[in-house]
Amino acid sequence: MVKIKEKIYQWIFGVLAFASLFFLVGIMIVLFREALPIFKKVSLIHFLGGQYWYPTYDPPEFGIFPLILASFWVCLGAMAVCVPLGVGSALYINELASVRQKAILKPAIEILAGVPSIVYGFFGMAVMAPLLQNLFHLSIGLCLFSASLTLGIMATPTVCSIAEDALSYVPNTFREASFAVGASRWQTLTRVIIPAAGSGISTAIILGMSRAIGETMTVLMVAGGAAVIPKSLFDPVRPMTSAIAAEMGEAPMGSDHYHALFAIALILFLITFVFNIIAEIISRRFRVKLGLAG
Amino acid sequence: MDKIVKMRAKEVNFYYGQHHALKNINLKIYANEVTAVIGPSGCGKSTFVRLLNRMNELVVHSRLEGEILLDGKNILELDIDPVEVRKRVGMVFQKPNPFPKSIFENISYGLEINGFKDRRQIEDRVVESLKKAALWDEVKDRLHDSALRLSGGQQQRLCIARCLAIAPEVILFDEPCASLDPISTKKIEDLILELEKDYTIVIVTHNMQQAARISDYTGFFLMGDLIEFDKTEQMFTAPKDKRTEDYITGRFG
Amino acid sequence: MKKKRDLEQFLGFGILFLCVGATLFFLAAILFFVAVKGISVINWEFLTQGPRNGMTAGGVAPAIVGTLYLTLGAILFAFPLGLACAIYLCEYSPKGWVINLIRISINNLAGVPSVVFGLFGLAVFVKYFGFGVSILSGSLTLGILSLPVIISATQEALLSVPQSLREASLAVGATKWQTIHRIVLPTAMPGILTGVILSIGRIAGETAPILFTAATFYKKGYPNSIFSEVMVLPYHIYALMTEGAHPEKQTAIAYGCSFILLCMVLLVSLAAIVIRQKQRSLAHG
Repeated sequence: MVKIKEKIYQWIFGVLAFASLFFLVGIMIVLFREALPIFKKVSLIHFLGGQYWYPTYDPPEFGIFPLILASFWVCLGAMAVCVPLGVGSALYINELASVRQKAILKPAIEILAGVPSIVYGFFGMAVMAPLLQNLFHLSIGLCLFSASLTLGIMATPTVCSIAEDALSYVPNTFREASFAVGASRWQTLTRVIIPAAGSGISTAIILGMSRAIGETMTVLMVAGGAAVIPKSLFDPVRPMTSAIAAEMGEAPMGSDHYHALFAIALILFLITFVFNIIAEIISRRFRVKLGLAG
Repeated sequence: MDKIVKMRAKEVNFYYGQHHALKNINLKIYANEVTAVIGPSGCGKSTFVRLLNRMNELVVHSRLEGEILLDGKNILELDIDPVEVRKRVGMVFQKPNPFPKSIFENISYGLEINGFKDRRQIEDRVVESLKKAALWDEVKDRLHDSALRLSGGQQQRLCIARCLAIAPEVILFDEPCASLDPISTKKIEDLILELEKDYTIVIVTHNMQQAARISDYTGFFLMGDLIEFDKTEQMFTAPKDKRTEDYITGRFG
Repeated sequence: MKKKRDLEQFLGFGILFLCVGATLFFLAAILFFVAVKGISVINWEFLTQGPRNGMTAGGVAPAIVGTLYLTLGAILFAFPLGLACAIYLCEYSPKGWVINLIRISINNLAGVPSVVFGLFGLAVFVKYFGFGVSILSGSLTLGILSLPVIISATQEALLSVPQSLREASLAVGATKWQTIHRIVLPTAMPGILTGVILSIGRIAGETAPILFTAATFYKKGYPNSIFSEVMVLPYHIYALMTEGAHPEKQTAIAYGCSFILLCMVLLVSLAAIVIRQKQRSLAHG
């Protein structure tokens, strides 16, 4: 009797434990099902490589190359901001900060990582864009540059806290051994600590990229929204996420436009999926290297 | 010998993955006696004692062969519930591990788990086991304080009381004094000698004086083998095996 | 030789210091702007009334309430599920491949862009199940999104319960389930709550998943069932900035909304961190 009850509990937990897998597979199925109809109208090559995105024109054009390019540039720009700032801050917190500074900085960064993206988007739109517009005499402040900057600032706390985790896993013995052979703190940091935590830091960067590519509200508000191939840093762009967010509300259900937006989501999903798998592999290697693998 | 055999290990082999941790162990544990298990660390003595109430099952990738008899019945058989075994064979651990609850709840927990419902009965049993564990006088005024506020020695006696409350027949002590000071150790040893009248006791220890002081029988383990098993007096005065002698006289371990 | 080394170190550390400085500066700037401009529009009416005069005056109370509803709904859905999953992984320790499979799905689910969750919610909850654009659809979507965070926080809390407590419980004859619900869960509960509270902060600020599943710019009065659309703070900010005819007046209101949202999120995370600190000092005292 007791034994049966125990088995039942184990079964209930076991079944519920598969919820994540269930939802992940569910998302994939939904994306494929809703995206595939568009490929009856447009070939995959034309969809990915087409230079024109006029989904509501007659006849419509479904080329998402400008959107992919926009996502790519915004992501790259954001990385240029958040990698040095995030990793640099992590190094500072881990290696240089006093116990008291650490006690303030670590929770502060953790809290800031939780600031909603809409607030960043709002800030970018209300403060940053007008500022940049005046500073660089632009016709419009909402552009690739301001989107990159906003997104970069937003991703900094995330990158910082993951990188900080990786650094804190480096055993103190490495540090001591390096000091023992007469290395300075800086030499120890650059030649021992950073290489040892290297794959952990790369994981942080990849996850930061994954977040930047998938981030929606900030770019929707700050990037300007023009679905054309950008020619300069100050051109307005329309990354994939903001195309979905901006247009889904108006696309009639079941229309080509609707399916095309799902196809964009599918591509986005696959990109972040690959990023996550890479991050997973690297971080597993990292744990093996430091002997943390269980 | 006309003593009652309470527990018995028959051709017990135990493996952690590839590691052969216990090799063909045969050993008898007599009722109402204290049996000490000694040996250098890593010899398998703790592993062995954990088999006696099937705590080994918490370890993944392990394999067990042979029989362990409790009153002549093999407790390793599939249809025997480990929970039932653990009610009859209690255990006190190396590090005191009280629950983060009050002193009272630490003991009443086991009773409630075992189906006691009547509040009065539970209270009586709690008091009785605290008295038996020689802790009552020290805690009677603060039964509802957190158990974590007690000293290490008091915590360990609380763990003993927790074990006594569910009225086991055998009590396994896994190095119960390893983390305690000499005075607390003395109290626990006195307690074990007292408990011997009502319970069968197995104690793992790396402290040979302790084994000599409190046990009636001693088994010496070395690298997974049971080298020698005899009356404690016999073993400490005239060991039969050279390796036992070396260990007892402090030549290794 | 020594001099060059010292200079190198000085410059290197200087750069790191600048990094932290810049990070803190940017983040402080955001908080500062939002706080200063936000506080100036907040008053009793703003917190307790609905919008008036075509979104240019009045308050945002329905959006605050909507945010609370959605967050609560998401937690009600995701917490039991996440808890069960974490318990299974930590306490029943299934076979290696099962752990790996579940862990990989959790990690990948955590990496899915939030707008993709929105589309999933649209296709499944709004359309397929026919819940429409509603609190229910939005809560379920947000719940799935927050599942990975809740699972990993709960797992961490469960792993921090010492093995010796489980052994002690089993040794007095408790079954596995008795051990879990009488010893492990109560001990891990503060940690679990911290994790859940932190994820509440995340959920409250999410916008993209509710764009097509729950949110509406204007709705008269408060929602009266789980099938009604809601006004939600994050979406309200977006809409104020991108729709409507009076940008200046709307921007001021958006500052107020951002400030309220920020306060909600930060207070919640702060509460979680305080609980954690308290618990730590309790455990050591």
